[in-house]
Amino acid sequence: MSQSNRPFNRRDALRMLGAGGAAAAAQMLPFGIGNVLAAGKLTVGVLYVGPRDDFGYNQAQAQAAAIIKQMPGVKVVEEEKVPETVAVQKSIEAMINQDGASLIFATSFGYFDPHVLKMAAKYPNVRFAHCGGLWTQGKHPANVASYFGYIDECEYLDGMAAAAASKTKKLGFIAAKPIPQVLRNINAFLLGARAVDPKATVRVIFTGDWALPVKEAEAANSLIDQGVDVLTCHVDSPKVVVQIAERRGIYSCGYHASQAALAPKGYLTGAEWDWQTPYTSLVKAAMEGKPMVNFLRGGLKEGFVKPSAFGPAVSAEARAKSTAVKDKMVKGEFVIFKGPLNDNTGKVAIASGVSHAQQDPVLEDMKYLVDGVIGQV
Amino acid sequence: MSDPASDFALGSLLLALLGGAMRVSTPFLFVSLGECITETAGRINLGLEGILVFGAMSGYGVSYLTGSPWLGILAAGCCGTLFGLLHGVLCSLPKVNDIAVGIALMLFGTGLAFFLGKPLIQPQAPMLPPLNLGGWSDDPQVRSALRINVLLPIGLVLAFVLQWALVSTRAGLVLRLVGDNAAAARALGYPVVPIRIAATAAGGFLAGVGGAFLSLYYPGSWNEGLSSGQGLMAVALVIFARWNPVRCALAALLFGAAGALGPALQSQGITSGYYLFNAAPYVLTLALMAASCTPGRILAGAPGELSLGNR
Repeated sequence: MSQSNRPFNRRDALRMLGAGGAAAAAQMLPFGIGNVLAAGKLTVGVLYVGPRDDFGYNQAQAQAAAIIKQMPGVKVVEEEKVPETVAVQKSIEAMINQDGASLIFATSFGYFDPHVLKMAAKYPNVRFAHCGGLWTQGKHPANVASYFGYIDECEYLDGMAAAAASKTKKLGFIAAKPIPQVLRNINAFLLGARAVDPKATVRVIFTGDWALPVKEAEAANSLIDQGVDVLTCHVDSPKVVVQIAERRGIYSCGYHASQAALAPKGYLTGAEWDWQTPYTSLVKAAMEGKPMVNFLRGGLKEGFVKPSAFGPAVSAEARAKSTAVKDKMVKGEFVIFKGPLNDNTGKVAIASGVSHAQQDPVLEDMKYLVDGVIGQV
Repeated sequence: MSDPASDFALGSLLLALLGGAMRVSTPFLFVSLGECITETAGRINLGLEGILVFGAMSGYGVSYLTGSPWLGILAAGCCGTLFGLLHGVLCSLPKVNDIAVGIALMLFGTGLAFFLGKPLIQPQAPMLPPLNLGGWSDDPQVRSALRINVLLPIGLVLAFVLQWALVSTRAGLVLRLVGDNAAAARALGYPVVPIRIAATAAGGFLAGVGGAFLSLYYPGSWNEGLSSGQGLMAVALVIFARWNPVRCALAALLFGAAGALGPALQSQGITSGYYLFNAAPYVLTLALMAASCTPGRILAGAPGELSLGNR
């Protein structure tokens, strides 16, 4: 045990001897310089928590990986279904030592602490990009970056399209767990719906985990039985929910990636990640040897998220309304969360006159469902 | 309870539970009937979870490639039979423990299904058509609760046929004899090992069909989280159904209804304590196990050759 805990073990020493003095010196220097020596070539490792083609979370990441693959000099190695355990560290080490990867995309939330942080400390000349983690200056290593998007902007647009298409004005939201990211999406969906119809309500079902297909199907069916006629969700793979909505003849809004192919009739629009923006900027910085930007955030304006193309069921009027709000968002003039806003237990969530712009860290700690959402945290 | 609104909600909740029982119970039903046959012959096959997942994958794949969901069901059943045969043959070797082989088979079946199923996550295979038994009603909720799959009535009929066959036919008697006392069966000249292998293979067939239901009807797509332990729960279900096929069917329906409780309550706005309601099937398993385990007759009705008790 003591051997592996030493900061400089025998394997490291042998590797340095074999690589020769010059390369060894390059390894000792801060990150960036080693990449310049590699003459415009970069190997990127990408780790996914599930299958790459899940119509959801992992597919959105894989689409960005496919785009950076096209960049000249970039080689991509990928591994699917890496559980959020010590397996993450093993996969990362294999990518670095066997494939020569010097930029790692760790795409699942649970990879960050401790796995990515440990690997970043062990390999200071490798860059690590993690999706969703809260990177903190001074606390976390400088070769780690966190990227994430303000997808609640798209959820707001989804809510507008949903309320316009709905006849019963009852909307359904199938969510995995009541964590701030999810609550923020549900609330933005409701606020968008209320902007179109002040009487619209959103019923929430929490399934308890990110991938429970039978429970998601059951939730979808029981919401439809209660008169809900538009469904959306925040689970890892929206495939099941969108398929059931289509089979039962109601509308759906997608999430993570486009599920339009699964529901040609009822798919209204969806909230999609556009990870190619942070991916390409991180890859470019690594190839040019520029210092790493440690905290990347963005919404529609920065190209981190995008709405799915409108489906045939969205009326011209609804399209115009939604596009007008989207244009404001792109200009940075639209604030989703502003007072006065009550939560659904009657307490004041945001006081009158207070408005939280997209970057406001208060929003990353949301713990309430707003008035009009039927459900409990 | 007196005002009409809450009465309506109760009626609608019961309907939701009925609908859930109709939709969710089929895999439980098929896997537990299969395990019932296997255990009656004196073997435990814990690998049914793996067979269920492999059946889901192979059924989806064949349905996608041939365009016929019925061929998919058949293929899933045949794959299940092969896995059952494997378990049966391995357990017939000397000094092999059937529980250990079952666990190995479970890991093998799921792993192989994940490996071969990689290209099947994205495409959409043709689904089994539903039977609309609720056409007489105007209430959309009644109609959706009674939109069932043809496999459910087949499974229910199968439960009664099995019950009758086990009790009243010569074949059933032989099966029970092999499971209860191998020495007596041998003395009467029945081939114990081949009968057990055949019973395990039949169990595998039914579990494979149950898996195909998951991917070809409800929820109706192939992905790696599809089963989430349903095969294992079905094995537990056989034990508290006391190796009785009709009781297996009742228990499967009860499990389906319990699984629907959490989402049904939340969709009606009863949202406090949803973690508790989502745990309902597991709580029910524990409660039924505790209630049926009266001291002294813990495994009453268990086939004598099962490696459960120490008789």
